[in-house]
Amino acid sequence: MTSAAEMPGPEPVGDGDLSRVPVLALDGLSLRFGGLAALTGLDLAVYDGEIVSLIGPNGAGKSTVFNVITGVYRPSAGRVLFAGRPIDGLAPHHIARLGIGRTFQTLRLFLNMSVLENVLAATYGRTRATPVESILRLPWARREERAARAVASEVLSFFGQRLAGYRWDQPAYSLSYANRRRLEIARALATRPRLLLLDEPAAGMNPSETREITQLIGRLRDELGLAILVIEHDMHVVAGCSDRVVALDHGVKIAEGDFDLVASHPSVIEAYLGRDPEALAEGE
Amino acid sequence: MGEPSAGPAVGADEWVARQAGRREYLPSWLGAAQRADERLGPWSWWAKLAFVGLVALSLPLLGIGPFQIQVGIDTLVLAMLAVGLNICVGWTGLLDLGYIAFFGVGAYGFAVLSSSQINLHWADYFSMPVVMIAAALLGLLVGLPTRRLIGDYLAVVTLFLGQIFGDVVLNDARGVLGGTNGIVGIDPVHGIGTIGSNEGYYYLLLFLLIATMAVLRLLETSRTGRAWRAVREDPLAADSMTIPVTRVRIMAFMFGAMVAALTGSIYASQQISVFPGNFDISVLILVYAALILGGTGSIAGAVTGALVLNIVYDGLLRNPTYSGYIFYGLIVLTLVVKLRPWRRLAAVLGATAVLGVIAHAAVGAVWPAAVAGGPQSGGWIASVIRDWVIVPSSPQTLGRFAFVLLVCLVIGLVQAKGWWRTALLVPTLYVASIAWEAILISPSEVAVTRNIMLGVIVIVIMISRPQGIFGARRVETAT
Repeated sequence: MTSAAEMPGPEPVGDGDLSRVPVLALDGLSLRFGGLAALTGLDLAVYDGEIVSLIGPNGAGKSTVFNVITGVYRPSAGRVLFAGRPIDGLAPHHIARLGIGRTFQTLRLFLNMSVLENVLAATYGRTRATPVESILRLPWARREERAARAVASEVLSFFGQRLAGYRWDQPAYSLSYANRRRLEIARALATRPRLLLLDEPAAGMNPSETREITQLIGRLRDELGLAILVIEHDMHVVAGCSDRVVALDHGVKIAEGDFDLVASHPSVIEAYLGRDPEALAEGE
Repeated sequence: MGEPSAGPAVGADEWVARQAGRREYLPSWLGAAQRADERLGPWSWWAKLAFVGLVALSLPLLGIGPFQIQVGIDTLVLAMLAVGLNICVGWTGLLDLGYIAFFGVGAYGFAVLSSSQINLHWADYFSMPVVMIAAALLGLLVGLPTRRLIGDYLAVVTLFLGQIFGDVVLNDARGVLGGTNGIVGIDPVHGIGTIGSNEGYYYLLLFLLIATMAVLRLLETSRTGRAWRAVREDPLAADSMTIPVTRVRIMAFMFGAMVAALTGSIYASQQISVFPGNFDISVLILVYAALILGGTGSIAGAVTGALVLNIVYDGLLRNPTYSGYIFYGLIVLTLVVKLRPWRRLAAVLGATAVLGVIAHAAVGAVWPAAVAGGPQSGGWIASVIRDWVIVPSSPQTLGRFAFVLLVCLVIGLVQAKGWWRTALLVPTLYVASIAWEAILISPSEVAVTRNIMLGVIVIVIMISRPQGIFGARRVETAT
């Protein structure tokens, strides 16, 4: 295997003690759609090698957070800092190139491209060959292409037999639902991120696949040293992999801490189940 | 392919099974060809290109006439245009209806720079690159304002931008572009040696087509090609995967424009003249038809579509004899493919033959003038069906009745079920033959018949292969 090291990783940022500077910091982030406040004054920090889960009932604004971080939406107020550098207002492809990879809740694979091409396409930002250089197959263009393929085979091998070599030339639409989720993660990894945003990675998976994906999230952190922010409804996944859990409701952070703390937090229970009618009566 | 591909296909799924099954269906020699093709791997495409190129190269040596050479040139021009259109439409998924303007800009640019129009007479190795670069810049100009548009919105805007070209040419106040009179007396291509014959242009266009195909193939399998297709599949996801969507789209516009402009400049020098009508919507529709027929997203498909469309339409359907071969050939082919079991096919064909012989004999005995016309198509088919088909000495009236009856019979055929359908097929085939010989192929109608035939052929191909001849089947993606 040619060395994947030829592909430049995330751009080195900052010069001080990296453990002090969070990889991702949301600072008073707000987003309004007309009169609707999707996010209000959200503060959040994710550090290197940390897995943070974002939970909350439907419509709490979890995916919106992802869309603001990755530049799909521009925040109405507040800042998004990536390794200490403000990134709000940058285009999505620019943010992705800085080192934020993501998956989508509603799968958005390149369905009519092969499995391998899906992953290779995501190496665009880390390759440089111009069309003319590619046409002429100049030495550095070939070297770059080899490196991109090495990256692709590396990230696909993360999934073992699930995305084994014989599937590489299949169109992505031929994959099962669970494998599509895996391919989305592989594609995000091919952008060589430092921070990975996973939007409901276990949605639609059976219990054993869910266990597998929980372990995989841990491996991504342990073997690739990624910081991971994950949205998940399945509490087995959240409990199984998170270092820290952040709960959102109506675009506001209602609780933060380790899983047990957040899971038993009154506001979280209220957000999911509604207020206890007796307590409600007593309160009035 | 990469290293970990070895090992058993654990959990081989439906798709894998289907691929394997498809190979087993083929008869032995086709299967062998397919295995040889698979051994070539990524080189298979180049081997096929070389083979087809050699065949096309040797065609003029077979001693074909000037008409066939002209058809060949037109086909190559259409193929070039289709290959260029494929960049925007097939790969990047941009419905560009202004494409033909780039063809026009190439032709008019060359016509102005290399003719007596303003007495420039630039050498083609100079004017062609200039024209191509100008077209690429124009592509940039079209791409920039439309960068946020997709689908039909983009189509409408590019259609409008394309129409500007025609308006500019027609309303050019200083007369440089010649208005409705066009530009005449364009220099021939005279880079290394002057090309004085149509054979020369055939070879030049063939060389350029193969070179363009090769360049675009190299591009297709590079990071740029992957980015184009990723943008077609899902622009938002592509953006989130480090692909600068706007830049990639504009690049597609520019490459498409360059191919169209190159084609235009050769076209202008071969025609010696350019007129605004050469670059109107009907040409655009033809290019789209070629691309869709061949299969969008495939270089080989674009060329094949152009080949089928132009050779059938211009080369064969003009000639009543060839047209007849295609007509009867299509009918027999459809029957062979669709009628099962073989006994039913034999029964239908036999019954049709008997019906014709009896009808011809009966009518001939009662009223000799009614069969005196004989078939109007030529070739061996005419001699075979001379004593079978009824064509009066003045066939117009019967032909019209037969045509109307044929339409009624076809409607009945579609409605009928089971045994009735088979029975109804016999008179339908016979009436079709009468209509064809009596009127459809007559000199006054052949121009109309040509269009009907082309429509039928395109419909048949698109029904049997909705993704086009070489197109890959695609699933819809929500964007």
